[in-house]
Amino acid sequence: MAIIKTENLNYVYSAKTPFEMAALKNINIEIEKGDFVGIIGHTGSGKSTLVQNLNGLVKPTSGKIYFEGKDIWEDEKKIKDLRFKVGLVFQYPEYQLFDTTVESDIAFGPRNMGLSEHEIKQRVETAAFYVGLSDELLQKSPFDLSGGQKRRAALAGVLAMQPEVLILDEPTAGLDPIGRDTVLDRISKFRKESGTTVLLVSHSMEDVAKVADKVLVMNGGEAVMFDTVDKVYSHGEELHEMGLNIPHITKVIIGLRKKGFDLPKNIYTVDKAYKAVLDLFKKEGKIC
Amino acid sequence: MLNNISFGQYYPSNSIIHRLDARFKLIITLGLIVIAFVATNFVSIGIVAVLVLVMMFVSQVPIKMYLKTFKSIWFFIVLTAVLNIFFIQGKTPLVSFWNIKIYSEGIEKAVFIAIRIFLLLIISSALTFTTTPTSLTDAIESLLKPLSKIGVNTHTFAMMMTIALRFIPTLIEETDKIMNAQKARGASMDEGSLIKKVKSVIPILIPLLASSIRRAYELADAMECRCYHGGEGRTRLNVMKSSVKDYIALVLFFVLIAVVVVCNIMF
Ligand SMILES: Nc1ncnc2c1ncn2[C@@H]1O[C@H](COP(=O)(O)OP(=O)(O)OP(=O)(O)O)[C@@H](O)[C@H]1O
Ligand SMILES: [Mg+2]
Repeated sequence: MAIIKTENLNYVYSAKTPFEMAALKNINIEIEKGDFVGIIGHTGSGKSTLVQNLNGLVKPTSGKIYFEGKDIWEDEKKIKDLRFKVGLVFQYPEYQLFDTTVESDIAFGPRNMGLSEHEIKQRVETAAFYVGLSDELLQKSPFDLSGGQKRRAALAGVLAMQPEVLILDEPTAGLDPIGRDTVLDRISKFRKESGTTVLLVSHSMEDVAKVADKVLVMNGGEAVMFDTVDKVYSHGEELHEMGLNIPHITKVIIGLRKKGFDLPKNIYTVDKAYKAVLDLFKKEGKIC
Repeated sequence: MLNNISFGQYYPSNSIIHRLDARFKLIITLGLIVIAFVATNFVSIGIVAVLVLVMMFVSQVPIKMYLKTFKSIWFFIVLTAVLNIFFIQGKTPLVSFWNIKIYSEGIEKAVFIAIRIFLLLIISSALTFTTTPTSLTDAIESLLKPLSKIGVNTHTFAMMMTIALRFIPTLIEETDKIMNAQKARGASMDEGSLIKKVKSVIPILIPLLASSIRRAYELADAMECRCYHGGEGRTRLNVMKSSVKDYIALVLFFVLIAVVVVCNIMF
């Protein structure tokens, strides 16, 4: 059974005013337990709106969302429990830090869950370990951290709740390449060791290719593709037309295909491209 | 959840009232408020009411928007009406039970005051629905200009107001965002005892304060980088221009004053 399922999900901002804006249109998706799904789409395509719907922060204008087969809005009072099970890390989460020390800020979520102090301490430690925050940093005020450190602290704040589904809204936006890779590595590692289902919103198709198994493509509020990374990325040209920044290597391959080279469509890493080009040369007998 | 604050919100449209010069609109609005107080009998306030209703329709703002503004204040209207009904003394009581006597004068007064409050509310929301905050502050600055001769720094005052108004929607949005982020971590906003409620405000207030201070610094830097140096010698992007329709509106308004005064005396 799918862990998250949406049925004709629609969401409209400022309904019935001149500012009305349909941000989600008839979304039907099913996410299986243990999946690592990348969500891509151009700016304003509805990615953030979708994930906020999925964890019950906003209520769909129409349509249903199921978590483990149960309609999440069936009992409005239980929506808080859902938010512990479906953890959402916001776009630019560093602005939500507030407590006196990083440690107590990370403990905010688990404390709201009503766990014992012992359990809270353990969870904070585990979460801090995954995101790579040292003990020394844990005792600092969150306002004294650097941007990247704040980002990790905020991420730890959600990891500490040990959700069944972890949703990350552009966790790498505004980080330098090394910071980006570390955050992605940590998330992959966490997911491997805990078996958590992960949804990762990202502008970088390269990042998604690195870590995800499946990709959901949003375009103008609609879910236009939802399939394995391989299948989705083989539509490179269409994705490019939707205003997505496809990996450089894919652009090269598209160019080569246009020139008449018989290369496969689903190439999005340099490794794959290298092998494919080598295969092609072998086939044509140019290399022995 | 913070989106349903209707009072004092601009409603974009292209009605004749939207297009009037903000300075004239401001003067006429203030004038109408004064008139609503000057009108002392049902005939004169009736005339004002008819005009205000016409204005409401001409503004092309849905009636629903106006009705929303009543939501926050109906309790106050009912309270004043009730007080008037019970405490105004007249000649012969209509009803009397125990020690309470209700006079027809009391009911009349209650209805009158309710109408007056309704009118005041419609008049002031018509101004804010049809005028952007920026042109409103521009209008205020322009009208206060004479004061700068006697040493009042009107430009700084207007700039402060513009910035404050400019940041209200931003702050609302920001509050919404922070609230959502904390809710995602299981914060509960509106349940539990009073102490719990107060405590639940802290995770929202502190990030909001931090980001407001950050924004203030950033804005100050950005203004300085563009050589902002106060009001002297500053020109405007949108110069306020009055046209024939503004003067017509003003004349109509003076006619209204005259009519109301005459009605006050005659009836
Ligand atoms: N609070 C809001 N009120 C009104 N409209 C909104 C609001 N938030 C988002 N929108 C609109 O809804 C649409 C989808 O926004 P959303 O934030 O989901 O996009 P996104 O895909 O996350 O974009 P980005 O990649 O820039 O984060 C946008 O067109 C946006 O203008
Ligand atoms: Mg977004």
